Amino acid sequence: MNALVRDRPITIAILAIGGQGGGVLSDWLIDLAERNGWYVQETSVPGVAQRTGATIYYLEMIPFAGKMPVLAMMPAPGDVDIVIAAELMEAGRAVQRGLVSPDRTTVIASSHRALGILEKTAPGDGVGNAGAVEAIVRRKAKRTIVHDLQRLAEANNSVISASLFGALAASGALPFPRATFEETIRSGGRGAEASLAAFAAGAEAVALGDRPAVEPEPRPRREPRIAGGSAWQRREFDRAVQRIADELPAEIRAIATAGLRHVADFQDAAYGHLYLDRLAGMLTLDRANGGAAKGFALTMETAKYLANAMAYDDVIRVADLKTRPSRFARISGEIGITGDQVVHLTEFMHPRAEEICGTMPAGLGRWIERRPRLVRAIDRAFNKGRHVRTDSVRWFLVLYGLAGLKRFRRRLLRHAVEEAHIATWLATAARLTPLNYDLAVEVIRCRRLIKGYSDTRSRGEAKFDRVLSALPLLEARADGADWLRRLREAALLDEKGVQLDGALKTVATL
Amino acid sequence: MAERSFAKEVEQLKIGAGQEFRGEGILAVTKALLQCGVGYVAGYQGAPISHLMDVLADAQDIMAELGIHFEASASEATAAATLAASVHYPIRGAVTWKSTVGTNVASDALANLASSGVKGGAVIIVGEDYGEGSSIMQERSHAFAMKSQIWLLDPRPNLESIVKSVEDAFELSEASNTPVMLELRIRACHLHGRFIAKDNKRPPFTVADALEHPQRDTARIVLPPASYAHEHEKIDFRLPAALKFIRERKLNEVFGPADGKVGIILQGGMYNGVIRALGQLGLADIWGNTSLPLYVLNVTYPLVDDEVAAFCRDKDAVLVVEEGQPDYLDQALSKILRNAGLPTRILGKGPFPMAGEYTAKVMLDGIGAFLRREAPALLPDRVRAPNLPAAQPDEDAKILAKEVPFRPAGFCTGCPERPIFAAMKLVQNDVGEHQVASDIGCHLFSILPPFNIGGTTMGYGLGPASNSAFNAKASKRSIAVMGDGGFWHNGLTSGIGNAVFNQHDGVTIVVDNYYSAATGGQDILSSRASNKSRSTRHPIEKAVRGVGVNWVRTIDRTYDVGKMRDTLKEALTTPEKGPKVIVASSECMLNKQRRERPIRQQAVKDGKRVVRPRFGVDEDVCTGDHACIRLSGCPSLSVKKLDDPLRDDPVAAIDNSCVGCGNCGEVADAAILCPSFYRADIISNPSRRDRLLARLRGAVIGWLQRRRAARQLSFAVAG
Repeated sequence: MNALVRDRPITIAILAIGGQGGGVLSDWLIDLAERNGWYVQETSVPGVAQRTGATIYYLEMIPFAGKMPVLAMMPAPGDVDIVIAAELMEAGRAVQRGLVSPDRTTVIASSHRALGILEKTAPGDGVGNAGAVEAIVRRKAKRTIVHDLQRLAEANNSVISASLFGALAASGALPFPRATFEETIRSGGRGAEASLAAFAAGAEAVALGDRPAVEPEPRPRREPRIAGGSAWQRREFDRAVQRIADELPAEIRAIATAGLRHVADFQDAAYGHLYLDRLAGMLTLDRANGGAAKGFALTMETAKYLANAMAYDDVIRVADLKTRPSRFARISGEIGITGDQVVHLTEFMHPRAEEICGTMPAGLGRWIERRPRLVRAIDRAFNKGRHVRTDSVRWFLVLYGLAGLKRFRRRLLRHAVEEAHIATWLATAARLTPLNYDLAVEVIRCRRLIKGYSDTRSRGEAKFDRVLSALPLLEARADGADWLRRLREAALLDEKGVQLDGALKTVATL
Repeated sequence: MAERSFAKEVEQLKIGAGQEFRGEGILAVTKALLQCGVGYVAGYQGAPISHLMDVLADAQDIMAELGIHFEASASEATAAATLAASVHYPIRGAVTWKSTVGTNVASDALANLASSGVKGGAVIIVGEDYGEGSSIMQERSHAFAMKSQIWLLDPRPNLESIVKSVEDAFELSEASNTPVMLELRIRACHLHGRFIAKDNKRPPFTVADALEHPQRDTARIVLPPASYAHEHEKIDFRLPAALKFIRERKLNEVFGPADGKVGIILQGGMYNGVIRALGQLGLADIWGNTSLPLYVLNVTYPLVDDEVAAFCRDKDAVLVVEEGQPDYLDQALSKILRNAGLPTRILGKGPFPMAGEYTAKVMLDGIGAFLRREAPALLPDRVRAPNLPAAQPDEDAKILAKEVPFRPAGFCTGCPERPIFAAMKLVQNDVGEHQVASDIGCHLFSILPPFNIGGTTMGYGLGPASNSAFNAKASKRSIAVMGDGGFWHNGLTSGIGNAVFNQHDGVTIVVDNYYSAATGGQDILSSRASNKSRSTRHPIEKAVRGVGVNWVRTIDRTYDVGKMRDTLKEALTTPEKGPKVIVASSECMLNKQRRERPIRQQAVKDGKRVVRPRFGVDEDVCTGDHACIRLSGCPSLSVKKLDDPLRDDPVAAIDNSCVGCGNCGEVADAAILCPSFYRADIISNPSRRDRLLARLRGAVIGWLQRRRAARQLSFAVAG
């Protein structure tokens, strides 16, 4: 039946996420085909997937010669000419569904990511590996065109359907003149101008060539620079920077500089020197235990996690960050303030007795904390949600004043608590270094578990303690470091630590 | 108003004979109804026929001109009962709903209707929600047709055949005095295609005529002795009449060569899939030419025995392409052949899987397996013995399985139901897990991540009813969630009334988002919109109190997570006896934005002062724990990696699709999460006062900031 070969329709599958407007693109394709005198059939499965789920639209088109063709209503594996993916991972899903074949399929995908819910809810980093998926798509397809079409659409105040349509037009995968694509958009009426601009941007991106398979080297990080400080503070800070060059081996310097900046920004230059003192102590230990051969891993990790530990998130820190000029500039950029628009900012604060006590001199704070009734009274007075306007002078002043408590910070209760925790943590690592160097490095890394505020933070601390509770079982084992790493990773998988419990049980059977 | 407007599309319903119609399947069905002189139409929305209801609603004026009554029914049972108008009167009526769930609800009325029989053509258009994208239990409408003896049409999925099938359905119904079901699968409902139209017809006898000239015939009432007679009538008269009609009008079609040792018997709806699979096997082309004989059942119940026998005679084997289970056709065909004394083998489930959708791959594999077994000589060499390398374990498949994210359906950006479940999660964190019954509607997404709340769903509006057994002395109370759609569908009586009567202490949360939102935003009794053809604005609280509930709390802003949480806690602990009902009201954000966004954009264009709120996250305050996301799942709240060597985990970030609903801030406050969130109220075209205040504040704040910068060490990335 040779007629079959000649009479094959062009088949197109659109994979999108509910709410992205895959239906618009599909309607445009119908209009486009009919405008060019083709017969087109389109089907979709809307249903509940329209609400943020993965959706698929399917079209078949063939030159119309007066008789009705019998067209399929769903894509068949190995039988799809064009796959349009409105998000990168959806191109991967097309491969999973067998819709991408090396002898036939052109894949046009937007490189941007819309994260799935489980990618977002992991307490650690649950984001999927888009690079690996893109590589597979490229391997499996006859031709692959990947660009950030979402960005191009947004830049033109339009939606991704328009930039995808432009990319499709420029790809030449359909035998229709570009002018007819544009007529289709114009016939839609409302928003046509913005759509045409996004269409042109998508087309141009494709005309200039496909994005390289491997991303170019990320552009150099824009290093933070000094934005404030008295002459004396600046001098002291410069001296600390000099210390890094003088005292630390080359491989540590970059991370130590970042750490130094972080703690100095948190408190002051003197605090930065304290950070370097601790780092130097760790380096001595590191050297004595053959760290040079391991790239000073112990010092390297300490440089990172000690900076985070020393720059803990207290009321003063939050107030400080919320009142900085750089913050107002960043927000304006993020929310896209234009022209004469005015912005009001509301913060969502919820102080509890813990925070109040933490901001008191250590002795007084402890004295209060020993009196539960007093704590409850304080809680009653302060523990409530406060929605405050930081663009107003009154509440700005309140936060500004709180931030000003910085100069007393190292005498406050919260600081004492944090210092004690840091001391125990570093001492544990130090004790283990001669016994099991790799395990000591992992102990340092476990500090990653402590983050967040209030309950979240308590949960993090509990996880930290539970992970380290396995140390007695692991100290003597050559693979102890591996196990501790596994425990930490398990702790980052879910909120309540169910995976961690399982991993701890496994460790107990070693 | 419905989520999607068909105001433009319905203009096509007016086209006359000879003109070409182009559009969606459901729009074509509407046109077919008008061409058939239908007198009344009713139905209940739900995928895949939601758009049919929307089209009908948007076409009300056109229908009114023709003297056709259209009604958005309170439930499928109401819709089915509406067909009673065709029992005594020569009026054609059509109803529609999602099946099998809608047919379940309707089956009481349907069974009575089928027993009475009809004078005017009565057609039930069922949207068969089966396979990919379906949100319901996987069953077949076929069983309902068989049990009540309602004829079942399953047309080939192209607009011409579907339109013809609507016409056939009315005539078949009238010829056999039996209601007829027309089954459309989800893809057929949303199929874009074309057909040549006919003129619309006014119903020769309208519902108004019936009111003017009432009739009754006791022989048609389901009560002994008539009900006994009905059963005999079905067998002795209606079935033979139907078979005669199907045979004479050739409703079933035969394609392909007259001879051949093997053939395929298929449901009409499977036709395009079968032709494509045969095409892939080199046995058909896309114009429908096939070298294998096909017997297409556009009527899948009843079967015409002699047609079947004629098709199977001289064939060694016949493949039955019948989607879903049980395999009713397979069973019936086997019996027909046995009675006819034919040795032809019937294969259906075997080459095909018993359960699941017949996807393109299943179709190809099934037909391929049948032919390889029964007629390998027909297959081209490449199909019979393909030169494929031995299958290798696919590393890529493993990577994709791991990296391609799971995308369950979820609440939309700014959905007012999100804060309800955030509050429930907080309450359960506080006072422990509770027995929670869910219902049908958008709120059912609570069972998925990130909320993971709710254990069962027993049917539309049956959330509270499904907690009935949990009416016992215990330290905890049961919680049921029900939407406003389900509430009016039947939940008021089956759930609330039942709880009052049985002195149930449990808590029911009625999610009132102003629409039947999950089905596409149709109006219901408690909708706030003024709808020119419907009566709306009937408060749920009033109805709840009306059936005798004393403890009722209405929350008119669900985004107030703290209040939501406290109210739920109160409901779980109050000493008051009897059911506790919380009506949680806020407008469906999808519909609200659709309504308000154009108005806002126009106002900005016109130079009016417009305030648009949106949320943001201070990335240097966020610690990357994502607790906020576990209490939200909002599409606009995501995570991003910072360009900072000291950070391991991505931080929360809100993109520009944020509608400023407030959930993030409220949750951060109520759950005492963190102070990272801020709300930015962006004022376009600020008033002179706005500008002056902003300048003054800017001056004072700027001075304070410069003062601090002169002393304190700080760092910033240069803008």
